[in-house]
Amino acid sequence: MMGIVNLSRRGFLKNGILVGGGLILGLYPPLRSAGGTSNPQGESFMPNAFIRIGTNDIVTIIVNKSEMGQGVYTALPMLLAEELEVDWTKVRIEPAPVDPVYNHTEWGVQGTGGSTSVLSEWERLRKAGATARVMLLKAAADLWKVDPASCRAEKGFVIHNATKRRLSYGKLVGKAAQMEPPKNVPLKEPKDFKIIGKSRRRLDTPEKTDGKAIFGIDVRIPGMLTSVVARPPVFGGKVKSFNSDKARAVPGVKEMVEIDSGVAVVADGFWSAHKGREALEIVWDEGPLAKLSTEGMREEYGRLAKTPGTVARKKGSAQERFSKSAKQIQAEYEVPYLAHACMEPLNCLVDLRNDHCEIWTGTQFQTLDRDSAARVAGLKPEQVRIHTTFLGGGFGRRGNPFSDFVTEAVRVAKAVKKPVKVIWTREDDMRGGYYRPIWYDRIAAGLDEKGNLIAWKHTLVGQSILSGTPFDPKGDVDPASVEGAKEIPYEIPNILVDLHTPKIGVPVLWWRSVGHSHTAFVVESFMDEVAHAAGKDPYELRRKLLSKHPRHLGVLKLAAEKAGWGKPLPKGRGRGIAVHESFGSFIAQVAEVSVSPAGKVHVHKVVCAIDCGRIVNPDTIKAQMESGIVFGLSAVLHGEITFKNGRVVQSNFHDYPLLSMSEMPMVEVHIVPSQEKSGGVGEPGVPPIAPAVGNAVFAAAGKRIRRLPIRSEELKKG
Amino acid sequence: MISFGVNGKKYEVDVRPDTPLLWVLRETIGLTGTKYGCGMAQCGACTVHVEGEAVRSCITPVSSIAGKKIITIEGIGMTKEGKAIQEAWIADDVPQCGYCQSGQIMAAAALLKRIPKPAGADIDQAMEEILCRCGTYQRIRRAIHRAGKMMAKGGKK
Repeated sequence: MMGIVNLSRRGFLKNGILVGGGLILGLYPPLRSAGGTSNPQGESFMPNAFIRIGTNDIVTIIVNKSEMGQGVYTALPMLLAEELEVDWTKVRIEPAPVDPVYNHTEWGVQGTGGSTSVLSEWERLRKAGATARVMLLKAAADLWKVDPASCRAEKGFVIHNATKRRLSYGKLVGKAAQMEPPKNVPLKEPKDFKIIGKSRRRLDTPEKTDGKAIFGIDVRIPGMLTSVVARPPVFGGKVKSFNSDKARAVPGVKEMVEIDSGVAVVADGFWSAHKGREALEIVWDEGPLAKLSTEGMREEYGRLAKTPGTVARKKGSAQERFSKSAKQIQAEYEVPYLAHACMEPLNCLVDLRNDHCEIWTGTQFQTLDRDSAARVAGLKPEQVRIHTTFLGGGFGRRGNPFSDFVTEAVRVAKAVKKPVKVIWTREDDMRGGYYRPIWYDRIAAGLDEKGNLIAWKHTLVGQSILSGTPFDPKGDVDPASVEGAKEIPYEIPNILVDLHTPKIGVPVLWWRSVGHSHTAFVVESFMDEVAHAAGKDPYELRRKLLSKHPRHLGVLKLAAEKAGWGKPLPKGRGRGIAVHESFGSFIAQVAEVSVSPAGKVHVHKVVCAIDCGRIVNPDTIKAQMESGIVFGLSAVLHGEITFKNGRVVQSNFHDYPLLSMSEMPMVEVHIVPSQEKSGGVGEPGVPPIAPAVGNAVFAAAGKRIRRLPIRSEELKKG
Repeated sequence: MISFGVNGKKYEVDVRPDTPLLWVLRETIGLTGTKYGCGMAQCGACTVHVEGEAVRSCITPVSSIAGKKIITIEGIGMTKEGKAIQEAWIADDVPQCGYCQSGQIMAAAALLKRIPKPAGADIDQAMEEILCRCGTYQRIRRAIHRAGKMMAKGGKK
């Protein structure tokens, strides 16, 4: 009750009153997070939207970012706990409800992505912790009638230095809750950090090893039905007509309803719904993409790549210098559509009533999903509550500006007037679109007589991700299309980067590392080609051209040194190196590969060096590098979504394979100590791996990889 | 009615006999730790033990397990291999998103039961078809070795 009193006080929260702040206590029963329940409703001290301290000394940290594997449920509490001086074993986590107070500090909406969680919360959460600490110190000092400066906070206690008297935070809750929070509390100097920068085990690991962690697909509420939706076989298609007689005869099937995206089969459980959908007869209007094929797109893109596009960057006169250069090299690179393929297929549970709507789902985009759900439901945004569960992977797919999987579930719930969980089958998820776009790049370099790189021309062809979203930059060049290609760090006097943005109609979306997932492959592979054309060592050439970029150089040198660059390898093996900056972090990777006579590439080892500025949880950084490398390797060796007759060819893991255990290389991660601004770690591990492997294949087998995924038939001997 | 045992408890269920065990566990019995990932035995997220063997519950019709004993992720900690695996998983901080981890742990526990101190190749083979999109494979290898050592020392870390 103290907490509620506090919450109603204006000025506590950055963006005004937390709407119905008490609801956090009342209507949001915490998911069982991180090993226990938090303080029961009632006695607690909630100095701001991010902390609740109970009389039982449990410190509940309300986390406004979605946990999708990247470790925010540990790293963000570490920021706050550092300043609060808590006993780490007493920390619990609760996912935040949707409220402006939890907005991303730069986006103006609540969401998780862009590898920005630590950057966004670095100051805010430390301030939140420090504010609470100052209040608790003052509460104890008042009780003891001493100067707060003569007390210290330590592991969940306030201690009076002279008399060694001590009171736990839980004992101070009542008093602290009546205080006005101070402004401008001092924050620790990095040299005094006890938690930040030192590896902590993840708080969510125990419940992820005994089956208790709750993902969206696991949530069950009374009276809930389950639905699978029959969606058009071609993007942009519509239902022409359907016959539900046979489907209705399937035991357990309750209803069939037509919605915007297709026909929803609603049943008493997944299997009945699935069987019902199999029995459903639908005639589709396939729409304008009925003839779409990947081969056709590649031809069209290849043709476009030969024509000038919209200029994204022009430095000097690349065209002129290229045509006059002593040596010219030119190449075309291609990457396919890719599905996010989160292990947890998309799903969303909706309980829609006349005057409110509750939604349980794993989302990266709470505000947009809430607002879209409200629009579809005919409610006000504040009548919609989103309960964020654990996400069984996100990689960008669960942060959809169009809220596809949320609005669809609301439509089904609206039609059947019962709580309903829409589950996407793996096939639905794989064929559901919002892919990383296909890219076709034409790239050229000119060298002078001495082999110096004097001109760089890069034409990119691919769909815009941001176009038509609330993040649409409205210009001719989508920055997400050219990121990683436009601002290449290499010292080159003449650069031209231009872009074609065809409109295709296949839904595209950010896919872990967004534009960098393709530009790093092209730029860093081609830089390797330049080095070989100039007769230079690829590592030495990069060093020379990056002399003004110390952070690039730092990771490049570290990775090369740790990988033993230049040292002999067993016969048949080759090393490749790549360096790339993305999301404020600098990463170099050296891959060691061999190519079998049948053309199969095996990646034996990857050495990764990262400079991500200030670090919070080193072990999480290592885990994210391992993760990004595996994610990237799946794309290098296997990943490809293709179209034939408008239909997505792939459907499940047998034809869209992920990297498997026997393909896992040994990964070694080295972190560069730094006090620069925090960069991201969720995404930046992905971009360098494709070129590092491609360059290693060239070193091992003398063949250049210019199209992903790697095709063993092109590497086969003889 | 089909009856079988799950984690030491007896259940009788009245469902379509072709319903995969996965959905009976998740929806009828309410044990949601076993995950749906692909529905065609490609990813291993649904792995459970039937009479001690690792089985893909997504393609196992419930009718085929009548009278049998099943262990799921919720019960695997009651076995010595399962307990060692769970402890090693925590020590090596294996999970990321965590969705595939039930299957990983069930497969790893079955491996340790068969081969108490597995070599690298044993691990690669046993874990080959349990997919992890977050890429926790390196830590899974490490944790299985750790669990094997823990068991050899009589459960001490």
